[in-house]
Amino acid sequence: MARISIDDDVRRNDAIEKASGLARYASDYFFPDMLYARMLRSKAPRGKIRKIQTPVLPYGYYFISAKDIPENGRNALHMISEDWRCFADGDVRYVGETIGLFVGPERSVLESLERNTYVEIEEEEPAISIDDAINVKGGPILEKDDVFCQLYCQKGRDMDEVFGEADKIIEETFETGFQEHVHLETNGAVITKEGEKYVLYISCQCPFYVRKSISIVIGAKDEDIVVRQSTTGGAFGGKEHFPDVLAGPLLVAEYVIGKPIKLIFDRREDMLYSVKRHPSKIWYKSAIKDGKLTGVKGKIYYNAGAYLSSSYVVLQRGVFHANGVYDIPSTYLEGFGMATNTFPSCAFRGFGAPQTLFAIEMHLTHIARRIGVDPVEFKRSMFLKKGSETVTNGHIVENVVLGSMLDDIATASDYWRKSREYGYGSGRGIGMSFYNHGGAFTGNGEQAIIKAHARLKKTGERVTIEVGSTEMGQGFQTTLRKIAAAVLEIPMENVDYPNPDTSVVPDSGPTAASRSTMIVGRLIERCAVEMKERWGEGDFSVEKEYEHPDGHPWDQSTFRGDAYLGYGWGACCVELEVDKRTNEVKVVGIWSSHDIGKAIDEKIVHGQINGGIIQSLGYASMEKMENKNGHFRQESMSDYVIPTSMDFPKQEYFLEDNPYEWGPFGAKGMGELVFNGADAAYVDALERALGVETFKIPLPSEDIEEALRKNGR
Amino acid sequence: MDAEIRFTLNGKSVIFIGNPLRRLVDVLREDFGMLGVKEGCGEGECGACSVIKDGKLVTSCIIPVGSVDGSEIMTIEGLREKEEGKCLIDAFADGGAVQCGFCIPGMVLASYVLLRSNPHPTEDEIRLAISGNICRCTGYDLIVESIMLAAKRGEELWTK
Ligand code: FES
Ligand code: FES
Repeated sequence: MARISIDDDVRRNDAIEKASGLARYASDYFFPDMLYARMLRSKAPRGKIRKIQTPVLPYGYYFISAKDIPENGRNALHMISEDWRCFADGDVRYVGETIGLFVGPERSVLESLERNTYVEIEEEEPAISIDDAINVKGGPILEKDDVFCQLYCQKGRDMDEVFGEADKIIEETFETGFQEHVHLETNGAVITKEGEKYVLYISCQCPFYVRKSISIVIGAKDEDIVVRQSTTGGAFGGKEHFPDVLAGPLLVAEYVIGKPIKLIFDRREDMLYSVKRHPSKIWYKSAIKDGKLTGVKGKIYYNAGAYLSSSYVVLQRGVFHANGVYDIPSTYLEGFGMATNTFPSCAFRGFGAPQTLFAIEMHLTHIARRIGVDPVEFKRSMFLKKGSETVTNGHIVENVVLGSMLDDIATASDYWRKSREYGYGSGRGIGMSFYNHGGAFTGNGEQAIIKAHARLKKTGERVTIEVGSTEMGQGFQTTLRKIAAAVLEIPMENVDYPNPDTSVVPDSGPTAASRSTMIVGRLIERCAVEMKERWGEGDFSVEKEYEHPDGHPWDQSTFRGDAYLGYGWGACCVELEVDKRTNEVKVVGIWSSHDIGKAIDEKIVHGQINGGIIQSLGYASMEKMENKNGHFRQESMSDYVIPTSMDFPKQEYFLEDNPYEWGPFGAKGMGELVFNGADAAYVDALERALGVETFKIPLPSEDIEEALRKNGR
Repeated sequence: MDAEIRFTLNGKSVIFIGNPLRRLVDVLREDFGMLGVKEGCGEGECGACSVIKDGKLVTSCIIPVGSVDGSEIMTIEGLREKEEGKCLIDAFADGGAVQCGFCIPGMVLASYVLLRSNPHPTEDEIRLAISGNICRCTGYDLIVESIMLAAKRGEELWTK
């Protein structure tokens, strides 16, 4: 077995096991005497619960609800704060809110119990859309209005002056829709007891989040609960906080019943009753003077749904990315997280950044067209550089190489020629977009909130990685093993990294925010450096705590300073053709370039780029999730269509080598970055092909007709 | 009413006694322990539950066990023991086709059916052959390339 170097081509450690069908996902766990659970959920978006009448329960069946929470427990899941209830009690706030859990041996019996339960709800008028929430439809959801959270940030001069001097002012409003994660493995968990401890096998991104979130429900100590991550079949943010919503009720059931209990959502439940990407409404007003953009004012609304969960943080990221990759002299950006009676919105790859990045890209594209310059030239003239001031009055600390990234994809795609030759409305179009993604937690969150730990343990010649970070398909187990093995100069096969168990590993913070490689990877790199020096000492462990790099001032109360430790950067180009009779769109080329510092493993990165871009193109084109009166209308994979192998062509990609000082081997985060921009490139190309301006995504074929009509075509 | 269903599962004769309307996916997973058969949608849309029935790829979530009486069924548990299965699994691993893995057993089975009938497929033919198998992670490119790799490496395996 050979020692490994970081640039070697390796096999993922989990590939054979998964491809052979040997990997164990949550639904693959079985225990003797195991019971099943099924949720009873609210069918109304808002109202008072007047009565819950279950059928007579057969022997061995249970109905668990808020009344089963012990006295020293609290009916709350502690996500970022304690806001989301474990069980609805007294009232319901969205369709799908958990009212109770039926538990028993036969799934068909549970189904019929659920179907035959009568829940009387005195319905109230719900607020569903962002506009409903702005208008406080049905009366305030919160104390006085429907605003969960808000913030603003300001850069440069007084906006009235800037607009006063402008020779052109352009105002536009963009909207983006819900997006469902459709991780191919639905949400699921199994709970059991080992001695006095409650043990959860759960499909999740953040085992420590689950533990903290649910322990309060039964008034247990964190250590009384052991969370073991089961192999996770995709997550994309959908398993960041949402697993708590399964785990909380399961824990109460386990507390009462004491037998192994399994709860697996079927696809319909996962579609209708799980978190989604925040829909948004984004208004920009821009000042142009002498052909230059001098100022942008923005109002950003995100539909948070009925509970806050992670929405404030999502909104912050949305606002901090609201000027894209551009240095605009004066900006004033406000963000509002709106409470509504829809299923709560939560994390989804990009975490608030995709919405504003889409909107600013399209806005600048429209401005460029109206002042008669090529959008790509217009944008290039404003690219952020090292030292540029950000919208939060911080500074870009790294070398930004967007210019050469643009050149790479422009050459590969033959952009300049095509951009000139394909006429506006000709049925053919090519579009380009630029984007970034701030790595890791906002501001000083890594230091102030998370304080990640990571540990390496040496046993003979073998080394075990002990971290709370999870593999969910993104390749982190391989990435981290490669980092450790390369530093230690040992074969990768000698490094183990089992799925985390909260009773064994230290808390490395959530597997989210594109922080794993940059933060946890760096910690493991530091552990390995020390272990290498002490290699001869026999068996021992090295544990490290996160250290914040100097020189990143941040004030979380005013949102001023360096919002992120560094950014990943991206550029994407999409070419397409539209059949003018049917409005069918055929994408014929996809090119991208990304700067992620350094790729720890190029094949893994390649897979992330491909997957992220296709998800983004799905978001822009076909993935339409509507909500009517609080009910999602798409309930299956035939209603909510995600891309198949036939929908998009093979991609061409470029990677910049631009090592980042604080990342392991120079690497930065990238899992979310690759989602952040293909949508805007697609819509840019589509607008050129159709010869119209559009203002919302998704834009499936049936909605293109409407866009054409609005433009009088 | 219970029925007696006899079929071949990965080369062995088996008998199922029970409700013939139970979904094949449940019987395979829960009665025969074939946990490599995954349920992604339960409505024939995603291909995660794919198995091979008498040489054809079928989605086991929408067929009742009663309909496989007398059939030959192969799941990933059977395919992984065959040379062709090993070749495909290795190619998927080397080609970077596997991310979360939930779609992959079904993809491997779909690839097997393709290469058996078409040992030298073009990119378009591969894309068509796996179009009933949804993958949310990979964007498909590396799956397609891995199947190409298996076709190349396996050569005589696929033409024999
Ligand atoms: S689970 Fe059978 S096709 Fe999706
Ligand atoms: S690898 Fe995750 S769904 Fe295909």
